[in-house]
Amino acid sequence: MFKILKYSFFDLMRSRWSYVYFAFYLILGFVLLFLNNDVNKAIITLMNIIIVLTPLIGTIFGVMYYYNSKEFTELLLAQPIKRSTIFMGQYLGIAISLTFSLILGLGIPFLLYGLFKSTAIFDFGLLLLVGSFLNFIFVALAFNIALSNENKIKGFGYAILLWLFLAVIYDGVFLISLVMFNEYPLDKLAITATVFNPIDLSRILILLKLDISALLGYTGAVFKKFFGTNLGLFLSLFVLFLWVVFPVWRINRKLRKKDF
Amino acid sequence: MIQINNLHKKFGKLTVLDGLDLEIKSGGIFAILGPNGSGKTTLIKSVLGMVIPNSGEIKIDDKSVLKQWDYRNQINYLPQIANFPANLTVNELIAMVKNLRPKEANEKELISLFDLKPFLDKKLGNLSGGTKQKVNIVLTFMFDSDLIILDEPTTGLDPIALIHLKEIIQQEKEKDKTLLITTHIMSLVEEIADKIVFLLDGKIYFTGSVNQLKIQTNQTNLEHAIANLMTKENV
Repeated sequence: MFKILKYSFFDLMRSRWSYVYFAFYLILGFVLLFLNNDVNKAIITLMNIIIVLTPLIGTIFGVMYYYNSKEFTELLLAQPIKRSTIFMGQYLGIAISLTFSLILGLGIPFLLYGLFKSTAIFDFGLLLLVGSFLNFIFVALAFNIALSNENKIKGFGYAILLWLFLAVIYDGVFLISLVMFNEYPLDKLAITATVFNPIDLSRILILLKLDISALLGYTGAVFKKFFGTNLGLFLSLFVLFLWVVFPVWRINRKLRKKDF
Repeated sequence: MIQINNLHKKFGKLTVLDGLDLEIKSGGIFAILGPNGSGKTTLIKSVLGMVIPNSGEIKIDDKSVLKQWDYRNQINYLPQIANFPANLTVNELIAMVKNLRPKEANEKELISLFDLKPFLDKKLGNLSGGTKQKVNIVLTFMFDSDLIILDEPTTGLDPIALIHLKEIIQQEKEKDKTLLITTHIMSLVEEIADKIVFLLDGKIYFTGSVNQLKIQTNQTNLEHAIANLMTKENV
């Protein structure tokens, strides 16, 4: 698996898009720090961007890579390598290279600004951790979609829809349901709904750590009341981990019956 | 060498392999023929484990290969369409495939045979179809394996390359290898094939030598004999 991972990783690292992505984060980091002039404030802005952007990039990269490397995958399938090894190698190659761009792109400006002297270092670390989780989650989801759709256009369509749904529509539906059922106790519904959306979950995770009650919102407040800050953090990290495990498991299951 | 029993494969509603039985003995060149869409590639891909049959059994050297993967170390496969990662150079691709297989490779001879030296540092995306096919052939024949599967090996080759390809095929045959070849070029079949396996409607319709086929169909020309088989007469 390591050979395939290495190959996919370097293949992506050489591609122009990795640089664009890296440069984007680099510029974003510098601009935010310059405008806010404060690490803590920059982190909050950054959170809002990362939480929407990493899933989008992860989804698109995942789907694109799968369809683009189809012929190569077929070449690999005829070699004495296990199927799951090929796809896990590719998956990890993409997820790790995206995470690299994220961590380096944001890490460099924050380090230069003097992150180590500020108290925000753990918040920043958590932000990067959550961003990495989102990369792994959404690349895995993208692979699931691509494996189930032979048609490139359809695959792309579903992938974008998935992102749109989780990043935008989900919150809207959730909010409407809260308003409509506001006469009932909604704590459990709110928590369940959050757990089923990795983007919401990430947001709450970071806000719990940052401890900004004004931004927590309803679900965040419920989370905090229910689990307290530390247990809440731990639980949401655990659920994010499950969000990686489950799609990866499904990729492997799907592979067993797939024809190439 | 290869034993296939009652192999079924459906793609959606389309039945491609319908209870196919086939036995291929070790050594020799087997031409797998059949009209477009008769299931030749599906058969080959099933043997390679790329297509997963709905039911049936495939054995190589008396060992079931379904859901296995390490047996592929004994198979060289030339895919039908040579599409490689576009941003890789020829050298890198060869190095990578060598890296993935725990086997000795003798690519140098083949590279000089097909005059690929000037292309070694070019990216695969910039090569012509014929040159890609030559790279494809190098990748296939650089390993020493008992079973060699060629899916439309002649696509896009110029006459010189074609002559070299035939030479290589003959050399492998002399080393007592088993070669499975699918093609639509009947002159090639007549020239090299020891046995013909004719597929139609997902079943084996005929197996035997070129001469047997001609006698059975009452034709003197192989092309007509095959055409005759396709119209399902004389069988």
